[in-house]
Amino acid sequence: MFDERSPIYHQIAEAIKNDILSGELQAEDQVMSTNQYAAHFRINPATAAKGFQQLVDEGVLYKKRGIGMFVSPGARAALLEQRRQRFFADVVEPMVAEARVIGIPLDDVVERITAMKGSENV
Amino acid sequence: MTLGIDVQGLTVRYGDVTAIDDLSVSLAGGKIYGLLGRNGSGKTTLMSSIAAFMRVEHGQVLVGGQQPYENPAITEQVYLIRESGDFADQESVRGQLRRTKRFRPQWDGEFAERLLELFQVPDRRTVSRLSRGQRSALGITLGLAARAPVTMLDESYLGMDAPTRYAFYDILLEDYMQHPRTFIISTHLIEEVSRLFEEVVILDRGRLIAHEETETLRMKGAAVTGPASVVERFTDGMTVLSERRLGGTKSVTVLGEMGERQRDVAQAHGLELEPVGLQDLFVHLTKEGPA
Repeated sequence: MFDERSPIYHQIAEAIKNDILSGELQAEDQVMSTNQYAAHFRINPATAAKGFQQLVDEGVLYKKRGIGMFVSPGARAALLEQRRQRFFADVVEPMVAEARVIGIPLDDVVERITAMKGSENV
Repeated sequence: MTLGIDVQGLTVRYGDVTAIDDLSVSLAGGKIYGLLGRNGSGKTTLMSSIAAFMRVEHGQVLVGGQQPYENPAITEQVYLIRESGDFADQESVRGQLRRTKRFRPQWDGEFAERLLELFQVPDRRTVSRLSRGQRSALGITLGLAARAPVTMLDESYLGMDAPTRYAFYDILLEDYMQHPRTFIISTHLIEEVSRLFEEVVILDRGRLIAHEETETLRMKGAAVTGPASVVERFTDGMTVLSERRLGGTKSVTVLGEMGERQRDVAQAHGLELEPVGLQDLFVHLTKEGPA
């Protein structure tokens, strides 16, 4: 589940964000408690708590005192917006750079994307 | 109840060997600490000083603000489980439990039974007839069931096989969350247990070389790989832990967190940046000198 590339609490936060984006976690759903999470993934509870706190600070989760943590109503829309903003910088630009390095003409790339668009069922 | 530990200027010598060399470290109560170091780095000596197995002659060790040596109010709160287990070999497992219960005010008998069953330790057997793994499991059982506010495990679970160790990690976390206390765990199995540690303390030849949150330390090392001259320019001024060269390619392991700007620079110059991992970082930090 975890790798060495970033702190575990960061990876926890990302995993929960992905669950919200995919719809596995819906608005107002309760998320696992820090202790459940720590036990399940065999990690220190303070480390797990840091991941959850990061999500509370970002407004993705909110706390109900004495009950637990829940997905904020606007979390999914906000996360989608963030990912959309990052999409071109994170995905498209590196793809174009790689295509240039290995000598694939951009026209070929565009052609492929256009073909994929044709098969889209929308 | 949790108890913190404060060590100031501790020096311990055995004859002309210096086991602990002017060590100062402060451990807040209620956390799980990993104590890492090579053989002979002073881990056991440090834990023995905290557990009042020996008198502190140079410097100071305080547990919950008090000196532990010949101080029963503190020593009953501090429990060090050594690899040997310190058992009375001719006694039965059950007798061992009874004896420990007498000295441990927070002893939980039901929890002890549950642990014996979990680890499958035959409770009527004489300690001398236990296997190595069973001895380890008995040590862990006593150490956890005592619920001492400061519990130190010195390689206590080395004799356990992998499935038993994972069962131990699970029960350790569960019990720690229900009964928060200070744990100090020394280990060579860094990859396996480091995620249980909130903070890590690294000793080398009796000196403190790192005390950090585990996740902070984990991010501190980076391996930079690429054309030798580019790597050299990039790592100029950084703390270099090791270098390797293969033809025109060089790989340098450096200490220090890579910021976003440095990542961008590395990428722009075609350098590869890779995390090092806690175990490799530990190896690099402690590798000089004989074992």
